[in-house]
Amino acid sequence: MAAAAKRAPAKSKADAKSGSNPVTPKPVEFTKEQELSAYRHMLLIRRFEEKAGQLYGMGFIGGFCHLYIGQEAVVTGMQMALIEGDQMITAYRDHGHMLAMDMSPRGVMAELTGRQGGYSKGKGGSMHMFSKEKQFYGGHGIVGAQVPLGTGLAFANRYRGNKNVSLTYFGDGAANQGQVYESFNMASLWRLPVIYIIENNRYAMGTSVTRSSAETDFSQRGTSFRIPGIQVDGMDVRAVKAAGDMATEWCRAGKGPIILEMQTYRYRGHSMSDPAKYRTKEEVQKMRSEHDPIEQVKARLFDKKWASEDDLKAIDKEVRDIVADAAEFAQADPEPDASELWTDIVH
Amino acid sequence: MPIEILMPALSPTMEEGNLAKWLKNEGDKVVAGDVIAEIETDKATMEVEAVDEGTLGKILIAAGTEGVKVNTPIAVLLADGESADAMKAPATAKSEAPAKAPEAPVEASAASKPAAQPVAAAPKAEVAADPDIPAGTEMVSTTVREALRDAMAEEMRRDEDVFVMGEEVAEYQGAYKITQGLLQEFGNRRVVDTPITEHGFAGVGVGAAFAGLKPIVEFMTFNFAMQAIDQIVNSAAKTLYMSGGQMGAPIVFRGPNGAAARVAAQHSQCYAAWYSHIPGLKVVMPYTAADAKGLLKAAIRDPNPVIFLENEILYGQHFDVPKLDDFVLPIGKARIHKQGKDVTIVSFGIGMTYAVKAEAELREMGIDVEIIDLRTIRPLDFDTVIASVKKTNRLVVVEEGFPQSSVGDHIASQVMQRAFDFLDAPVITIAGKDVPMPYAANLEKLALPNVGEVVEAVKAVTYR
Repeated sequence: MAAAAKRAPAKSKADAKSGSNPVTPKPVEFTKEQELSAYRHMLLIRRFEEKAGQLYGMGFIGGFCHLYIGQEAVVTGMQMALIEGDQMITAYRDHGHMLAMDMSPRGVMAELTGRQGGYSKGKGGSMHMFSKEKQFYGGHGIVGAQVPLGTGLAFANRYRGNKNVSLTYFGDGAANQGQVYESFNMASLWRLPVIYIIENNRYAMGTSVTRSSAETDFSQRGTSFRIPGIQVDGMDVRAVKAAGDMATEWCRAGKGPIILEMQTYRYRGHSMSDPAKYRTKEEVQKMRSEHDPIEQVKARLFDKKWASEDDLKAIDKEVRDIVADAAEFAQADPEPDASELWTDIVH
Repeated sequence: MPIEILMPALSPTMEEGNLAKWLKNEGDKVVAGDVIAEIETDKATMEVEAVDEGTLGKILIAAGTEGVKVNTPIAVLLADGESADAMKAPATAKSEAPAKAPEAPVEASAASKPAAQPVAAAPKAEVAADPDIPAGTEMVSTTVREALRDAMAEEMRRDEDVFVMGEEVAEYQGAYKITQGLLQEFGNRRVVDTPITEHGFAGVGVGAAFAGLKPIVEFMTFNFAMQAIDQIVNSAAKTLYMSGGQMGAPIVFRGPNGAAARVAAQHSQCYAAWYSHIPGLKVVMPYTAADAKGLLKAAIRDPNPVIFLENEILYGQHFDVPKLDDFVLPIGKARIHKQGKDVTIVSFGIGMTYAVKAEAELREMGIDVEIIDLRTIRPLDFDTVIASVKKTNRLVVVEEGFPQSSVGDHIASQVMQRAFDFLDAPVITIAGKDVPMPYAANLEKLALPNVGEVVEAVKAVTYR
């Protein structure tokens, strides 16, 4: 992506002497199956989010609703690097993460509409959803709070001596929270298997990284804690997968935490209610037309003649049907029974 | 069928907005994700994206129109092969998403029937009584400090998932020596020294608990836990509910709470009332060593986050602890420390020291006091308190925390609501004074409750 290309390739200063620091790997070459799978997964997220935006507009979804459109390659690529038992945790822009973790679109959408069939029985909403079964630990509404929590998941992995890795996602905005650095310190000190994935979409709500961050190279935010980091083109799912492979291997080898700065972009506003005054339309349009993660895969599929227009149309239709089914379910499903007010809590 | 595109809401409170402009013209092909129009309100603007593909058949609301009601059809989208003729009868066009779109988003968000009737009260969990101590059980004089250490050690032997973390808990053997010997027995995997980073390690503990471990997080004092209170309240307390019961945080946050001696304002504060405010937390504040042991063991086994408030002055005090293999007490059950018939004193933690001394003086005056040690602040055992008030008809509550919105205030309110007719005098609440804790010895003494105040309060409610 443009931003990654402009900047010098990230070289970690953390352990410069040792020469063993990770560098940004080249994007991996995908097989046909991988390209098609990435296409399908990213498209599902995008169509799901568009539908969520629409349902919000119609009043079916309330409160805050943060869409992931534009950033799909990040969770999709990382997901391709995981093994059974790896955990994921993120903040409130979480719908894409849940779909990537193979959580049911019906369950997610029904939570957005506050219905009993939602993952939290309608009691959590867009920002507070979980699936213990799928190892998705939320869904957290307080900016940065998921970072110590994700570090704790990694602590549990090390405590149990398993090979699992905690994928702890946060944004460029959260990267300025103090608890992030408290977590970095402990994770490095105790060599915890945690990948800190900083989704740098360039704006913390409406504040650009240059207006909020003294060091805008987020891959270097772990330097004081000897945590290496790399910058990754977060719009290219192959680049993300390559970084994910490298980072998971790093963690599983017992080398401790690692930072992946995913340079990405959100097309939509911070939440549904966004003044859209802090960036130009041209900037958004340029990203959409030149760096769109889904279009990139599509172009490669056509280039290599791995798929025809019709093949992709069939996938589009399949994805659209899944989303339509989720939306229908989420509107038809009843609200939680009044008795649910008092469940899942002790008095 | 042609699809109607509806005026979207930017927020649940939006009722109408302006259709600022159209970015597509009639006859244009659109695919999902294409921005077709821009709408705005006084606080935000939003691009309307197509959710389906087709041809923009007809624009129903012209650019520049103000005050367009939410959910008004603004355009019609034609599917492949549909001719413009199909637009002639837009009235028959099926709205694309919900068969029955909500009347208005404002109503929709409140679509649930409004709670016209009073909402049912929270069901009370059954709390078992204290276990019987078999006759002939040896009672061992134990300090609160030793009792707490024994509780942790026993639970760590019993369950491999239990570990303790905090500042100076391992090599230093605990800032107040509560974790003495644990490192030697369990090693540094399970007795973890942390950096001075309360917000961070509280969160790490909660994350580990999400993953199924059972952390005991020691705060060197609860004053420092203010740095971590977001993780305690937002992450630990709320997750079980927010996740619809899928996962919670089986974690204990423990450490000394309240005033010690001459450590002044920032190190002398009682958090009982603070944490007791939060649904999803349990709050335990023991007085005796036996309660400290039995309740800490229960706290470690509890699937909910438990705030366990200790007191530095009590650490060195001796009490009898029954010598039993597995002495566990129920959380949520008050203990009648002394039976009496004339007046009830309710207290907890170090507040009990004032109650106990006052009772001795009052006995000399011929007043028979019943003392209830709450032991647990949340869930609070109102049944025991109210049963006692019904017997004595008089109540004094004693605590060291600040007076406003204190635990005593809450008890007084509940007793008034549940046992008003049984009261022969207004409830008196005794608390610390409404000032930050001063350093000077004389002022510190004035700021805390004292036995004389308790005696006077009892005399007042018994009209002596």
